[in-house]
Amino acid sequence: MSLSLSSPSPITRSDCTAVANAYLCTPRSLRFCGLRREVFESKSLNSLSVSTRLVPCPRDSSFKKVCAALQSNGTPYKGGFDYDLVIIGAGVGGHGAALHAVEKGLKTAILEGDVVGGTCVNRGCVPSKALLAASGRMRELQNEHHMKSFGLQVAAAGYDRQGVADHANNLASKIRSNLTNSMKALGVDILTGTGTILGPQKLKYGKGGSGDTIITAKDIIIATGSVPLVPKGIEVDGKSVITSDHALKLEFVPEWIAIVGSGYIGLEFSDVYTALGSEVTFIEALDQLMPGFDPEIGKLAQRVLINPRKIDYHTGVFASKITPAKDGKPVIIELIDAKTKEPKGTVEVDAALIATGRAPFTQGLGLENINVQTQRGFVPVDERMRVIDANGKLVPHLFCIGDANGKMMLAHAASAQGISVVEQVSGKDHVLNHLSIPAACFTHPEISMVGLTEPQAREKAEKEGFEVSITKTSFKANTKALAENEGEGLAKLIYRPDTGEILGVHIFGLHAADLIHEASNAIAMGTHIQDIKYAVHAHPTLSEVLDELFKSAKVKVNSSSPVVHPVAV
Amino acid sequence: MSHLLHTTFVPATSPSLRRPLTRTTHYPTRTLQIQSKIREIFMPALSSTMTEGKIVSWIKSEGDKLSKGDSVVVVESDKADMDVESFYDGYLAAIMVDEGLSVPVGAPIALLAESEEEIAAALAQISSSSSAAPAPAPIPAPAPSPDSSTSNDGPGAITGVSSASVSENVSSRSSVANGAMGSSVHPASEGGNRVVASPYAKKLAKEFGLDLRGLVGSGPNGRVVAKDVEAAAAAAKVSASGSALASEVTKPSGGGTAVDLGSVVPFTTMQSAVTRNMVESLSVPTFRVGYTITTDALDALYKKIKSKGVTMTAMLAKATALALVKHPVVNSSCRDGKSFTHNSNINIAVAVAIDGGLITPVLQDADKIDIYSLSRKWKELVDKARAKQLQPQEYNTGTFTLSNLGMFGVDRFDAILPPGTGAIMAVGASQPTLVGTKDGRIGLKNQMQVNITADHRVIYGADLAAFLQTLAKIIEDPKDLTL
Repeated sequence: MSLSLSSPSPITRSDCTAVANAYLCTPRSLRFCGLRREVFESKSLNSLSVSTRLVPCPRDSSFKKVCAALQSNGTPYKGGFDYDLVIIGAGVGGHGAALHAVEKGLKTAILEGDVVGGTCVNRGCVPSKALLAASGRMRELQNEHHMKSFGLQVAAAGYDRQGVADHANNLASKIRSNLTNSMKALGVDILTGTGTILGPQKLKYGKGGSGDTIITAKDIIIATGSVPLVPKGIEVDGKSVITSDHALKLEFVPEWIAIVGSGYIGLEFSDVYTALGSEVTFIEALDQLMPGFDPEIGKLAQRVLINPRKIDYHTGVFASKITPAKDGKPVIIELIDAKTKEPKGTVEVDAALIATGRAPFTQGLGLENINVQTQRGFVPVDERMRVIDANGKLVPHLFCIGDANGKMMLAHAASAQGISVVEQVSGKDHVLNHLSIPAACFTHPEISMVGLTEPQAREKAEKEGFEVSITKTSFKANTKALAENEGEGLAKLIYRPDTGEILGVHIFGLHAADLIHEASNAIAMGTHIQDIKYAVHAHPTLSEVLDELFKSAKVKVNSSSPVVHPVAV
Repeated sequence: MSHLLHTTFVPATSPSLRRPLTRTTHYPTRTLQIQSKIREIFMPALSSTMTEGKIVSWIKSEGDKLSKGDSVVVVESDKADMDVESFYDGYLAAIMVDEGLSVPVGAPIALLAESEEEIAAALAQISSSSSAAPAPAPIPAPAPSPDSSTSNDGPGAITGVSSASVSENVSSRSSVANGAMGSSVHPASEGGNRVVASPYAKKLAKEFGLDLRGLVGSGPNGRVVAKDVEAAAAAAKVSASGSALASEVTKPSGGGTAVDLGSVVPFTTMQSAVTRNMVESLSVPTFRVGYTITTDALDALYKKIKSKGVTMTAMLAKATALALVKHPVVNSSCRDGKSFTHNSNINIAVAVAIDGGLITPVLQDADKIDIYSLSRKWKELVDKARAKQLQPQEYNTGTFTLSNLGMFGVDRFDAILPPGTGAIMAVGASQPTLVGTKDGRIGLKNQMQVNITADHRVIYGADLAAFLQTLAKIIEDPKDLTL
């Protein structure tokens, strides 16, 4: 449990923690005890204490009974379907949906054609966090000045590539088995094979061909995820021209690597590679690095994460052709201007990492059988994740979550969408507020954000006619950050001064990824600044950066919530 | 003068804000030049690691009236862009560093006049100084990055270059570092039409002001990598510090700055700073006293304790410091032309050549610290200098300066006194010399010549003579060094 807790990945936040707990029986009740206190509080406490006693022998029958008493994968209650819910794809999104479905009493099956855990666990956030954890320490140990400022002396720091790679691989295996066990423990049927939709509420799975099994389900969720996007003209050989799938295996550390794309993935890999001694060249099609980040945060991040490191960049260019290294020749990247398409020279490097984004994995799903046309590969859905067919009509009982619908390509967003769908199919309307979903980039230091960027907020404000205010606090003023000698950082709050509504929060600094949740929870719960500013933060902690941030906001209305249960001490 | 400026971002207690104070008290001659109420605005230290800052944009223009707290300029540090505010009311008389240029922390970037009438005086002050961008930096140190090949520690490895030699030879710059021009047809560059250089090599080249086209790459496929640039920078630097030294360069000049022969190149900020310092030194009445010291015993001791990490630099600094204890007047300085300043600490500055100039890391309290700690401290300072992480107090607090050209075979030279200090000692090579002894014999002894330049307002001939005699005794019987 401690291992998955300490890995700073988004999936850890949402699911893996729960997965680790699942070993102890009832993760879902823990997760939801805040929301459904009246139902679960006493039960979950009981089951926890029971399961704790049973830990030495978790497969003991009495253990199962305890679990069963709380929740079980029930029998389909009507309509003669094989299952209430079938989820195609056992990634983080499918997993989150499956666990919630069981809690809701739905008979659930999950289909997996590859490995349980999907991209995040096997080829994404999880192994990359292991690489970042190792390389982050490496960077710290190499920074003699930083060490000396603590009064520490470190002899020459070095690393063993295979050891670092093994750490990533081991972590992925561990999280994968946790994920599998958590579903098995709850009785989710894990079916192996690729799934194809045959018609409404009907699908087949298997290795393809005649041996396939046909099953029916009241509701179906597509959660097939995505694969690395490789633009045309680029030849991926898996050795010198690679995608994140290969890079995470860390089979070699090139002296010089070009990273095509400077989004989250590219940025995280630049952090890994430069810490391990590589030099990096970014190739970015847009005019500035780190598109998608709040411009101010991006600027600061560039100062800290790019400029002082062994990184250079070409912006406003496409890599029109990439030839892998062979016959002693380096990898050759041909650049063209992103707008005029004129040649902009070539770059010769030891390796190239293609981090241009991810393409939905929706082939072979049989969408044509239900008249659904993908858009650039994505499955079109409405705000409730209901699939829309070619005629613009909703396909009944069919949902699509996660990267496959392209709404927000983040593991925890997929999981949240899955839970939202399960809420709907079990009779409760639910619309997920995507603006409350945080995102994080696990560089050193980290970058995190939730809600709107400043330009987005200003655009919205202009359209809707309200005022926008910005306030910022610096990590330099935070005691804990200074104690860690990590005073570099900025938190930025974008809000409405008239109502105190939080529109966006962006953090760049030590443990930013962990700090964002105070803001994302506030947005999700609709908490306003004038209320949250009275919440107390332990001193000295990094969370005081956000405390300062909320306190520095100038809201024109007073606290809206009365003191509910004052407790005298 | 204590708080010329501040930034909103730096906590009020930041030591960086006090830097202007230490500077001005340390080098008062500069402020004396500034008549009436013309203040210099310095490049602030916006972070603990910042050694130089770049002017992103001037918010105010020359002649604008400033109120205390007004943002004057946007500075890009190694971390962020920050507004720098004025701490005084007045007029922005002159902008000394244009947008887009970088200067070291502590260098003046503009002049602030108290009244409109004084703007003219401020402008006159600028034009009277011969350089376009006068930077005070008493011991200039914009980019302390000694190259490993020339500043590694050890006997004779202190590539000390006196301020004099740098400035005197700046003119010879255009004739050097040309060795490899046009000699490199890049294997990986399509017949030399373009340069393939790694990201870090490009960064270093920019920092050193080197043209990559002149370099031969040693990386895969003939790529220019960081060490090629470092080698070229080192070669350029060594030749830049004097054509007389060029023959001593062990590393063949692998390339260098592509210089247009016959062109006129304006001083860099550092060169301007050196010029300013050197001109300022003309106002100090100096004289020189030389001495020949036998080093057999010192060499023997060095051999004995070398294995414990002791360096020759530390030994010379220690010997000098011990001699200074007995002759405190030599450790004093004259800062205002009217009084002595008896320095409470003996801080030995040692000149180290870096690309395009020099820096003087300071061994503080060299008389009190044992030789082993001193050697460790020296190594740490050199490492820091190389990593550009010397803090101001680590290079500007010297009370006595050592400069050593012995490793080049130089047997004697004289140094220019850095303003604000009392004396500087130029150390030549220790060489086997035939000497007659008192009992009428002839023998071979290792001898080195030292030559001190001192400020005669506070240090007289007899003082130096007595000091040198003591120093010779210590070096010739060095057992006290290891106490």
